[in-house]
Amino acid sequence: MKYIDEYRDEKLARNIVNDISRTLTRPWVIMEVCGGQTHAIVKYGLDQMFPKRMELVHGPGCPVCVTPLELIDKALAIASRPDVIFCSFGDMMRVPGSGDDLLQVKARGGDVRIVYSPLDALKLARENPEKKVVFFAVGFETTAPANAMAVWKAKEDGVRNFSMLVSHVLVPPAMTAILNSSKNRVQGFLAAGHVCSVMGYWEYEPISTDYRVPIVVSGFEPLDILEGILMLVRQLELGKAKVENQYTRIVTRSGNTLAQEKILDVFEVCDRNWRGIGEIPQSGLRLKDEFNSFDAAKIFKTEQIQTQESPLCISGEILQGLKKPSDCPAFGRQCTPENPLGTTMVSSEGTCAAFYNFGRHELQEFY
Amino acid sequence: MMEKKPDIDDGFGSCPIPIHSQSNVLLGHGSGGKLSADLMRNVFLPAFNNSFLEQLNDSVTLPFSGSELAFTTDSFVVDPFFFPGGNIGSLAIHGTVNDLAVSGARPLFISAAFILEEGFPMEDLKTIVASMQQACEESGVILVTGDTKVVDKGKCDSIFITTSGIGGMGNSPRISVDRAQPGDKIILSGAIGNHGIAILSVRAGIEFETELLSDSASLIEPIQEILEVSSKIHCLRDPTRGGLSSALNEIAQSSKVGVELDETSIPVCDQVRGACELLGLDPLCVANEGKFVAVVGEKDADKVLRQLRKNPLGREAAIIGEVVKEHPEMVLMRSPIGGKRVVQMLAGEQLPRIC
Repeated sequence: MKYIDEYRDEKLARNIVNDISRTLTRPWVIMEVCGGQTHAIVKYGLDQMFPKRMELVHGPGCPVCVTPLELIDKALAIASRPDVIFCSFGDMMRVPGSGDDLLQVKARGGDVRIVYSPLDALKLARENPEKKVVFFAVGFETTAPANAMAVWKAKEDGVRNFSMLVSHVLVPPAMTAILNSSKNRVQGFLAAGHVCSVMGYWEYEPISTDYRVPIVVSGFEPLDILEGILMLVRQLELGKAKVENQYTRIVTRSGNTLAQEKILDVFEVCDRNWRGIGEIPQSGLRLKDEFNSFDAAKIFKTEQIQTQESPLCISGEILQGLKKPSDCPAFGRQCTPENPLGTTMVSSEGTCAAFYNFGRHELQEFY
Repeated sequence: MMEKKPDIDDGFGSCPIPIHSQSNVLLGHGSGGKLSADLMRNVFLPAFNNSFLEQLNDSVTLPFSGSELAFTTDSFVVDPFFFPGGNIGSLAIHGTVNDLAVSGARPLFISAAFILEEGFPMEDLKTIVASMQQACEESGVILVTGDTKVVDKGKCDSIFITTSGIGGMGNSPRISVDRAQPGDKIILSGAIGNHGIAILSVRAGIEFETELLSDSASLIEPIQEILEVSSKIHCLRDPTRGGLSSALNEIAQSSKVGVELDETSIPVCDQVRGACELLGLDPLCVANEGKFVAVVGEKDADKVLRQLRKNPLGREAAIIGEVVKEHPEMVLMRSPIGGKRVVQMLAGEQLPRIC
């Protein structure tokens, strides 16, 4: 298939891996920020291809994984109401809250639907004027423009029965939080290509300068990721720390300014809790006051739902690249995709699920 | 507001999230993947507990006055009931005929039970019944008995059909999911994923434009043709719900062997690949209704492949991997760029009500 197969070419991949191996003179720890990259790395076995001293750790860039337990509980409470059609991306369906997930709510009669776009949810609102249609808006900067557009359009068209439960998160503050941690091991970042397609990469330049850490914006195909790693290794070996762009076919320095404007029309930056990590200042987006009537958290008065997370759950450390799934005694035993104990096992972009689904724990027994 | 359950005490004491109690049936229990297998193991097998049910093949082989019969049953709830390349009626015949065919049986007689929702358009019913008759003729089976129930509006979704079938076992060696042996080759009869993606493309809420048709078809001809040229066909499976990954995992588990696949040799058409890339689906987990996978003794593999490719339904057939004695009960796949991964059975449901 055109524009796909070219980026999965075995010979070219081997060449880049050889370049990486030749360039390496000492051990390095690199984090890929985005869950989509984690998925590709494990799916294609990229990390099996280069020397062990080039260590890849997996970052917090899975929106499903970092959505706080409290917000899942709020979603479940709203979805259980008989007057509501609750719309969500598919991955959120199986994320366990304190005692349930959306699939269980659906099995008990809740009207819960998987949509591929917030605009589909808006369409449902138009078609079902007697119902309140709620869209669960999770995600990083990548999904923010479409979500902003849906709210903006609902307001413009006067669709009063549409609202959003918002849990948007931002990448740069999470990277800063990881770098600020006293336990941090990360020496270079693969930045998330699709987040940067919206936001550009200018906002990573201060991080790279302030923390002396190289950052390479990279795509999601095997060759993208391998080339991104090679660019990082070259910088690390030369003692450089700058932002480079591997994903030039999609990403520019300034990004999609129209999309950025739409985000700022509708959302404002706020402090946000990250599941397993805790509160990160200025790391989220919430609806501006003028869009209060589209804010599901306000409409359904969910403030009283407050859930505490256990500080012991290791998914937080996995999301910060401090631990690997194999460090968890429950991994692959009590905790599997059909019985997920933590969010990192639920989403296909979650590190634990990627390791499990592609059998990494089982492979280790044979190789 | 949701009531908070007490934390689990599971030995490692760290995670606040309780294990699914699964006190309700979920859509995933009908996915043909792991949850379906759980349901079989935990609810149905213990209740009925007999050696026939335990065969766990697509159809059961029964002794009958000195000879053997194959028997199977299947329910169809596909949404929408008209889809590109077929409808619930043709699918209900093909599904049951194929379950018999992959046991090595020659399908003979079919029954059909209809559950109809009050108000269902008579014209639609006639169209569906006409496709059923056509599918019966093409498959060489006769629909000999049936039943109809009508329920109040809103108590079922339009139309559900259950078909059962009986077939005669020939003299060919036993074909069963537990007969794969190291060295056997794995032959796939054609490109995977067409049925699931064709259904998805017309599913309310996620419609997209494609010219893709369901592959729904009777497999009796190509299967009988390969059985005539080889006595070394050990397993046959039609990868319906749960897709190729479920079919191969079932073979690996029942035969206690490993399976190694080469991703680049698995035929997938561009429309299916494109839709899967876009929607985040794995073609190996997408349903098929006109494909089968054959596990064939190494010496006969090329002969079977040549024969299969002569039939229009097997034109794109390919050897996609082999059976190995290493890593028993596990399916491994070599990725296009060289890394290896385990192909797991689908956990939840990738897409409900596709058949």
